[in-house]
Amino acid sequence: MSEPCANPQPSKPETLLEVEKLNTWFFTRKGVVKSVRDVSFHVEKGEVLSVVGESGSGKSVTGLSILRLIDQPGRIVSGAIRFNGTDLATLSEEEMRSYRGNRIAMIFQNPMMTLNPVQRIGDQMAEAISEHEDLPQSEVMRRCIEALKAVGIPSPEERMKAYPHEFSGGMRQRIVIATALVTQPDLIIADEPTTALDVTIQAQIIHQTRKLIDETGAGMIWVSHDLATVSELADRVVVMYAGAVMEIGTTAEIIGSPRHPYTQQLLNSVPSRNEPGKELFQIPGMMPSLLSLGEGCAFASRCSARRPACDQPIPPEHLSATHTVWCVRAKEEGDAA
Amino acid sequence: MLSYALKRLVQSLIVILLMTIVIFIGIWFIGNPADALISPDATMAEREAAIVALGLDKPLWQQYLDFLSGVFRGDFGNSFVYRAPVTEILAARLPASLELAFVSFVIAVSVSIPLGLYAGLRPQSPFSQGIMGFSLVGVSIPQFWQGMVLIIIFGITLSVLPVGGRGETATFLGITSSLWTWDGLAHLILPAVNMALLKMSLLIRVTRAAVMEVSRLDYVTFARAKGVRKHRIVTHHILRNVLLPIVTVLGIEIGNLIAYAVITETVFSWPGLGRLLISSVQVLDRPMILAYLCFTAMLFIFLNFIVDILYTYIDPRVRDAIQAGGRK
Repeated sequence: MSEPCANPQPSKPETLLEVEKLNTWFFTRKGVVKSVRDVSFHVEKGEVLSVVGESGSGKSVTGLSILRLIDQPGRIVSGAIRFNGTDLATLSEEEMRSYRGNRIAMIFQNPMMTLNPVQRIGDQMAEAISEHEDLPQSEVMRRCIEALKAVGIPSPEERMKAYPHEFSGGMRQRIVIATALVTQPDLIIADEPTTALDVTIQAQIIHQTRKLIDETGAGMIWVSHDLATVSELADRVVVMYAGAVMEIGTTAEIIGSPRHPYTQQLLNSVPSRNEPGKELFQIPGMMPSLLSLGEGCAFASRCSARRPACDQPIPPEHLSATHTVWCVRAKEEGDAA
Repeated sequence: MLSYALKRLVQSLIVILLMTIVIFIGIWFIGNPADALISPDATMAEREAAIVALGLDKPLWQQYLDFLSGVFRGDFGNSFVYRAPVTEILAARLPASLELAFVSFVIAVSVSIPLGLYAGLRPQSPFSQGIMGFSLVGVSIPQFWQGMVLIIIFGITLSVLPVGGRGETATFLGITSSLWTWDGLAHLILPAVNMALLKMSLLIRVTRAAVMEVSRLDYVTFARAKGVRKHRIVTHHILRNVLLPIVTVLGIEIGNLIAYAVITETVFSWPGLGRLLISSVQVLDRPMILAYLCFTAMLFIFLNFIVDILYTYIDPRVRDAIQAGGRK
């Protein structure tokens, strides 16, 4: 904490993705929902960056924005999404399509819904390759089988012909992961990929994902609300609240010495950190409506340490080369909540 | 699969049996066919003789059993009015109904599925709004009025199309139909359009709603995230899943087109089945009504069965569910 404030995000050569001042807004009848506001972070090759926050914090919209999969009435209002130096936000739709699945793959939350129920899984995997590369059918099949093997699907040759409903939820999520990996993408965006699965399957999938990232050297964005899985898997963590980044740091920094009151309270509400038999800690109040956010800290309305400065735009406070927090209190001496 | 088909068949036969009982009792409530059929000038003796000849002197349950035993021998009885076997009369009218239904079905499907797909994929575009406006107007206009407007425009003002009757027919592959002659086709156009317009409105709405629903689902977003081209997403991921609700509606609608084209047939003097039903009900021609409704029931049962078979081709989950059920 006492280190001098270095430049927090130096553009190192191995930076894979750099999101800068991203704003994704939804223009609804009730007004403009600013789901993602001035979000900036980067992902390095071979690392897992976790984006955490509660429902409605904008973490999923951030993931979809990177692939430019935001539908009407939403759109990316401003910001840069630099992937290996190319700003994805400026690409044409067809150029963007050549990145989707091919260089940047995405895994979704609910494996029961992510696969088309009327198509064989082999065909669904194969199209991830054949829509980008002109390869002989046998080579496409070989790659699919290999990918299924890598995620632990038994007898993949036969299972290629099966339909999604013939698999369990955990198996389907493995197939979805295999589909994402089959093109050997440089970046994988996983949107709560283990939320719909039971705990033992979760652990297997997290273990396997970590192994695959280490083997392939791809980068990964792991969107989650589950701090327990995040602490096992992630190298660094971005904490989001009401569409804005509250705190960024290494997993050790965020879990071990959180500095934003929101991060602190979020960690305090994890069941395993609470005493058995005692009522679980809950963050008091509700997330403010995204329709009517002021300039200041979005968490101020629920924060016990609120002060007048919270209603002004919050400047980032760089606590270390990796740890940045958006809180006016951060300069004051570190305290544990 | 086979046991599933058998089960369906038995269920269907029970439904038809119950239906005939309801029709028997229903007609008995409405009135005595003898009153409608026998001239008021007839003497008492002539009247008695006619009633005995029609079998109307027996108690109702006896008449019903007679009807049933006839059916088991393949005889649906003779029409009270035409004095000919009802099956022959139906068979004579059927081609006219089938060809009209076929042409309007082709028109309705080929127009409404592409339009509904477009409107579902781009709900905000002005053209889609126009399609929906057209479909709203189509549902709202009474069919007979719309038929008369068609007659006035194309038959009278422009004088380009015939407005009544079936036109010239020809026999090809053993089927006598107006589909095989230019004159017959010209006669078909207006009544077929008249029926198709109403079905189009419904089909456009069903297709659009299904497309909008499926487009929002995760597997479509996942396909986009895989970088699949827009065209392939529509054909491989959206269209095939949208087929299920569309096929269901089509099955019912094609039955309606064959059996209940009464209004169109009346407006365009088309010698089909619909008019036969109305004229038979007017004179309480019970054997005719019974045979007609039994035919209609079987038609719908058959169509539903076809729809079920199509389901199993479209959706592997349905196929597996049926096979699992059959093994029990």
